Amino acid sequence: MYEFNYHRPKTLDEASRTTKEAEDGQVLAGGMTMIPSMKLRLASPSDLVDLADIDGLKGITIGPDTVTIGAMTRHHDVHTSPDVQKAIPALAALAGGIGDPSVRHRGTIGGSVANSDPAADYPAAVLGLDATVETNTRKIAADDFFTGLFETALESGEIITAVHFKIPDAAAYMKFPQPASGFAMVGAFVAKFGGEFRLAVTGAKDCVFRMTEMEQALAANFSADAVAEITIAEDDLLADIHCGADYRAHLVTVMAKRAVALAAG
Amino acid sequence: MSIEVSMKVNGKPVSAEVEPRTLLVQYLREHLGLTGTHVGCDTSQCGCCNIHLNGESIKSCTIFAIQCQGQDVLTIEGLAEEDGTLHPMQQAFWEHHGLQCGFCTPGMVMVACDIARRLPDADEKTIRHELEGNICRCTGYQHIVEAIESGIKAMNARG
Ligand SMILES: Cc1cc2nc3c(=O)[nH]c(=O)nc-3n(C[C@H](O)[C@H](O)[C@H](O)COP(=O)(O)OP(=O)(O)OC[C@H]3O[C@@H](n4cnc5c(N)ncnc54)[C@H](O)[C@@H]3O)c2cc1C
Ligand code: FES
Ligand code: FES
Repeated sequence: MYEFNYHRPKTLDEASRTTKEAEDGQVLAGGMTMIPSMKLRLASPSDLVDLADIDGLKGITIGPDTVTIGAMTRHHDVHTSPDVQKAIPALAALAGGIGDPSVRHRGTIGGSVANSDPAADYPAAVLGLDATVETNTRKIAADDFFTGLFETALESGEIITAVHFKIPDAAAYMKFPQPASGFAMVGAFVAKFGGEFRLAVTGAKDCVFRMTEMEQALAANFSADAVAEITIAEDDLLADIHCGADYRAHLVTVMAKRAVALAAG
Repeated sequence: MSIEVSMKVNGKPVSAEVEPRTLLVQYLREHLGLTGTHVGCDTSQCGCCNIHLNGESIKSCTIFAIQCQGQDVLTIEGLAEEDGTLHPMQQAFWEHHGLQCGFCTPGMVMVACDIARRLPDADEKTIRHELEGNICRCTGYQHIVEAIESGIKAMNARG
């Protein structure tokens, strides 16, 4: 790993400024992506700005229509929160399916969302639940947030402070995990808001996306049958050593079916 | 550039000058000579390096020593009693032969204690699921799972 300068600011402003002013400044949250990337020299920031000492970035607040989760809240805390389990059980379950217990004791929602790993779980919930990503400067709708492979709408020095999830009438997440890491080979998150549906797919393309054809079919018939015949073209799907584009295309329909069956339960 | 870091390791205050890039596991092994914590991978997946940070299992290869400033670290060396009496989970690994080469064992035992703390009623299926982040190349896990089941019972009985 290359050398870097370490900063541990007390305020968001200072963190943002330090990140922006450094040659290649990056914030550090749980480090569960950052540190392995640095070891492999896939990342080599000149400066790491640790968010650990900044007040107000941790915790879960339940409102009448929303669940707000602070950016530094760990996967473990979301998984085991009785409030989240009650308001959006699919979100608590999703957090509990990330990696392993020791990863969940460090990894944070802000880090996962900011990273936009094509195989990450949280982005599916952010997009599926029509969430709003709040940063130190603005609020970004989920539909505008994920822009590509490890790319988001975040600008240099912009720091996620919280994610606001809409509470759905019903929701479920199903993934086909890659056996070594637990990351989603393909994952589908479905949510019902009144008569409308959102269905977000992770793992299949450069970043998470919605299957609008499935969403429309569900509005007419909220059952697994409604999505069973809807397929995705394999053209722009990911292919890697874990599986090819054809298999991923197949998994999209299967995971969507399973998620809908669970949500309609 | 080196930074001063202080923390508690196995109950004792320690401090040193480290580079920011020093991983906690390097600090433990190379500065403090606590070589019980192992390194089995570069990808945060094998779990050999598990320790407890403020009472929770984490991978010491995926955290910088400086991030642990002022915090409480427990390693495998800190489990047994001063007189050498094994911790109930270590005793269970001994009795159930929960190891062969022993390379994964420190991480397994640390995670096992964490499972016992969080899930005192864990059954076999739960234990296997909780071991998602611990890889063993020797045993086939059978005896490890048996050891953990028994160790959890012993820890529950001890209170
Ligand atoms: C063994 C293993 C298994 C895993 N399995 C899964 C899995 O099954 N599913 C899954 O989804 N993920 C998985 N992960 C990834 C894990 O969820 C990470 O915790 C997460 O992707 C990154 O969160 P972090 O807090 O660790 O962020 P870090 O690693 O600290 O940061 C990641 C990136 O986000 C940026 N960042 C962090 N916080 C913020 C913020 N508040 N605002 C702006 N930018 C920020 C950082 O600068 C960095 O670029 C796994 C990781 C490991 C090591
Ligand atoms: S050495 Fe830490 S997980 Fe492998
Ligand atoms: S006993 Fe050899 S790796 Fe587990």
